[in-house]
Parts: sequence; structure tokens; C-alpha cells
Amino acid sequence: METVALQNELDIYSIRNQFPILHREVKGKPLVYLDNAATSQKPSVVIEALTNYYTGYNANIHRGIHTLAEEATAAFEATRECARQFIGASSTDEIIFTRGTTEGINLVASSWGRANLQPGDEIIISTLEHHSNIVPWQMIAAEKGAIIKVVPITDDGEFIYAAFEQLLTAKTKFVSLVHVSNALGVINPVKKVIDAAHAAGALVLIDGAQSSVHLDINVQELDCDFFAFSGHKVYGPTGVGVLFGKRTVLEAMPPYQGGGEMIREVSFNGTTYNDLPYKFEAGTPNIADVIALKAALDFITGLGKAKIARYEDILLQYATAQLKEIPGLRIIGDTAHKVSVVSFIIEGIHPQDIGILLDNQGIAVRTGHHCTQPLMQRLGIPGTSRASFAVYNTIDEIDALVKGLYKVKKMLA
Amino acid sequence: MTDTPTIPAIEEEIVEEFSLFDNWEDKYEYLIDMGKKLPKLEDAHKKEENKIRGCQSTVWMVSEYKDGKIFYKADSDAMIVKGLISMLIRVFSGQKPGEIVAADMKFIDDIGMSTHLAQTRSNGLRSMIKQMKLDAMVWASKEKN
Repeated sequence: METVALQNELDIYSIRNQFPILHREVKGKPLVYLDNAATSQKPSVVIEALTNYYTGYNANIHRGIHTLAEEATAAFEATRECARQFIGASSTDEIIFTRGTTEGINLVASSWGRANLQPGDEIIISTLEHHSNIVPWQMIAAEKGAIIKVVPITDDGEFIYAAFEQLLTAKTKFVSLVHVSNALGVINPVKKVIDAAHAAGALVLIDGAQSSVHLDINVQELDCDFFAFSGHKVYGPTGVGVLFGKRTVLEAMPPYQGGGEMIREVSFNGTTYNDLPYKFEAGTPNIADVIALKAALDFITGLGKAKIARYEDILLQYATAQLKEIPGLRIIGDTAHKVSVVSFIIEGIHPQDIGILLDNQGIAVRTGHHCTQPLMQRLGIPGTSRASFAVYNTIDEIDALVKGLYKVKKMLA
Repeated sequence: MTDTPTIPAIEEEIVEEFSLFDNWEDKYEYLIDMGKKLPKLEDAHKKEENKIRGCQSTVWMVSEYKDGKIFYKADSDAMIVKGLISMLIRVFSGQKPGEIVAADMKFIDDIGMSTHLAQTRSNGLRSMIKQMKLDAMVWASKEKN
């Protein structure tokens, strides 16, 4: 059995031991945490990195010349280098720390959009987008008189590339596309989209909130202009994220927010701005969480992304097969190219009831519209139940989910 | 009409019923059963203005005022929520506005259902109670004028 071999190779049980929260109980049952697409749990190394910073070298960075400031600055910048490697960027100047994917997209929409969009210009997004990759564009489009075009999907939740090609015209100035759908787990053909968009003269942002933890990311190979992801979905802390931007594009963009750190010189006659990446990092950043993010990225790299992906794919295949056995259950987004996310509905049962009754069995899944209301409208459903797997999940936990769902069905029959 | 039990008396009844169950399955099955027994809400009432906003499920509620008392009718697309509404209607329907507004709802804690009052976006119970009390206030103020 490849499953067993991989479980042993990755030593899933020793990985689980690195996550303190996985040992707690919920409603008297062992926690089965299957809501990793919302946020992943944190290994001890991440928690310790936070504690070590606050107990050992808490200081404001980049300005102080005392020892603590130097140590904190070094640790902070070490994460920037680590994040650069993690996504294959060519320079740390292209790595901007944000609060998360949402802020990264808002930064680009606001800064790039305000400087470049003209009335009648078009921005292309897709039906699969999270609200975070819809609303910032709607806001800037309303301000600048730009128009948003939406790439349709198939009933299975697949991006229709031919439709994208038709929408892509000389009017298209920007394409902002989710790499992996948070609601369904389907992977979009981002490379093809990026190349086609560039040929048409448009820039591309890839929302990597879901992809960054599952797929190998190389922004130079992808050739995207922007790539945004969140720390808390890659086993790191909340409140920190990374925005990659190509140097030439970032240099031409005005700052997003004004304040300390982002300036070179301030006078009442005018202000000059700092170099990249600091131009986009106004104010004291989230030092502790940035520092701890390195521990999370090192954790992933240490295990090996390819190995993790293979293991998670086995969990996905197993869960898909087992869930399909449940009468009345239908998987939404049952496509060939997916990450370890299974979204499903059960005939005659509201997702909220599934969520409540699974929670009482200690099983955490996400239910609802997953902040993708337009996608749910397109699919004609109020929401789904979503189980999403991380490296620490096991076959036993999927069995618990399946058993739990049979119980839900019985209780509501 | 005069022999409708008071809100505290009904609450006590419900607490007693729930005390018979010693596991969560029985409690929720009882709640689901209450949901199934909820009198039907006519489709005509299932319109936007009667919706109570919760993140995950839809609840429609209407109330009417008769002889100094308020009567509620409601429905939901989710079964547990339906059970919770059914329970609230049992407590509030047929009561005087002032008593509805004053009810402390402590019994929800006593029956172990307070998790449904938690302030998450998925939750509807808190908004349902709020809407029922708001309706009571509106009817009470109309009564005065």
C-alpha cells in the first residue's frame, strides 16, 4: 500500500506530535480537524518562534542600533529571504509583507489600479474567486470607471479557458485569478492564462491563498506579475502574508499607505519614498508573526512539498472514493486537477445541519458559501460542506468523517 | 386564552424535557423532531422582508398581534435551526409584548444549547431572538398609540 508507505516515510504520527492542538478534545471526542483550507494548525516550532521573539529579542526593526533591534531586524529579514526562496522570486526586493492575501490584493488593486486604470479598461476575474479577489476590484473599478469581466466555469467548477480567450482583448489591463479555488479545490490553468494575458498586454495577479501550501510555486516560471498568499494557511501565524510583485512593476507603482518605514525623506514641502520593498511597508510591521512565518515555511520545506503533495493527494483520492459511497452525496468540483479539498452536498440536508452535527462528534469542517457567493449562485446551491486536508490528517480521520456523515444522515432521516 | 402558561413556566418545562437526555444525539434528535413538527409557514410569507439574516441558513418569520398577545410563525431551510425556532415559538407565541421583551433566555444555557448563541456568523439563534423581541417592541409601541 502506497498510503502506508508514505505515511511511514513522512512519519505522519510524529508530524502530528508537532501540533499541540491536535491532541485536544472537542465535545469529549478527539478533534478531527478538516478545515485546513480556512486555516491550518501551527506546529510547535512556529509557536516557539513567537514566544522566543517576545521573550528574547522584542524590538522595533530597521531603526534601532541596539542589539535587540539588530537581532529582530536580522530575523525579520531572514523571513523575507525564506519567502523569496519559497516562491522562487529573484530578489527579496520583490517580497512585501502584508497582513494576508486579502491585503496583498487590496494593495495591488488600490496602488496599481489607481495609477493605471482608465475609464473603459477591463479587469478579468473568474467565477471561482473568493470575495477577496472580487470586492477590491469592484471598488477600484467603480472609482476609475473600469469594467470587470468574469470568466465562466463548467458545472464541475472548471475554468473555461476558451471563454477567457474571448474576454481577453486590447481593453484588458489586468487579470486577477485564483490559483486554487478555496471552495472546491480545483486548480486553474494559471500558466496559460498568464502567458495569454501578457501577449495581450495585461498584467496578472495570482491569488495563492490556497495553492501556496499544496503546490510548488515558482513565480519566475509562472511569470506572474503579482502573487499573494497568507501565512496562516501555510502552518504559520495569522495576520501575516506575502505579496510578490515584479520589481519593474512595483517600482512604477505609488505607495499604498503612508507613514514610517516607507519614506526616504519627509519635509512639509514634499516627501520622497523608500526603496523596495519598504516603500510598501508603512508603519511598524507585524514583526513577531513575520519572524514566526519562517519557521512555518521551513517546516514545509523540511518535509518536502512534493512528498506532502503526494500524501495529501492520497487523502483526497481516498476521501473522494469513500464519500461517493454515501447515498445522496454529491461532490461539487469533482475534477482531475485538484488539491486536497472535497466540497459536497447531501440531498435534502442543509450544510449547516451537517456542520453542527459533525461538530458534536469532534469533527471540524467548513459549511456555507465559503466567501464565494457568486460561485454558489452559479452552481445553484446555497452552500456546501467542505473537508480540506493537511499533512497531519490521516486515513483514520477520513473514516471518522464518513462515519460521522452516516450518523448525520440517520439523525435527520 | 387566559390559561397560556407564563414564559418561565414554559422554559422550565423545556428544561425538564431536555434533562431526560444524557447524550447529545438524543438532545439534537429531540430538537430535530421539534423542527419537523413546526407548523407550516405559508409560501407567501417566505419573502425578502421576512428573512432573518444568518450567514448559513435562511429563516423567515412573521408575527401578528391579537388581544394583547403576539403570535409568531416561522420556517427555515435548515433542520436544527427549525428546531430552535420551534422552541422559541413555543416560549414566546401567545405571550404579552412586555414579557417577551423582558425574557432573559437563560434556559438556553440550561439545556446545553448555548453554543448556538455564540457570536459566529453561522449562527441564527441570537438574531432570531433579537427579531422576536424587536417585533414585540413594535407591537407594544403600536398598542400605546
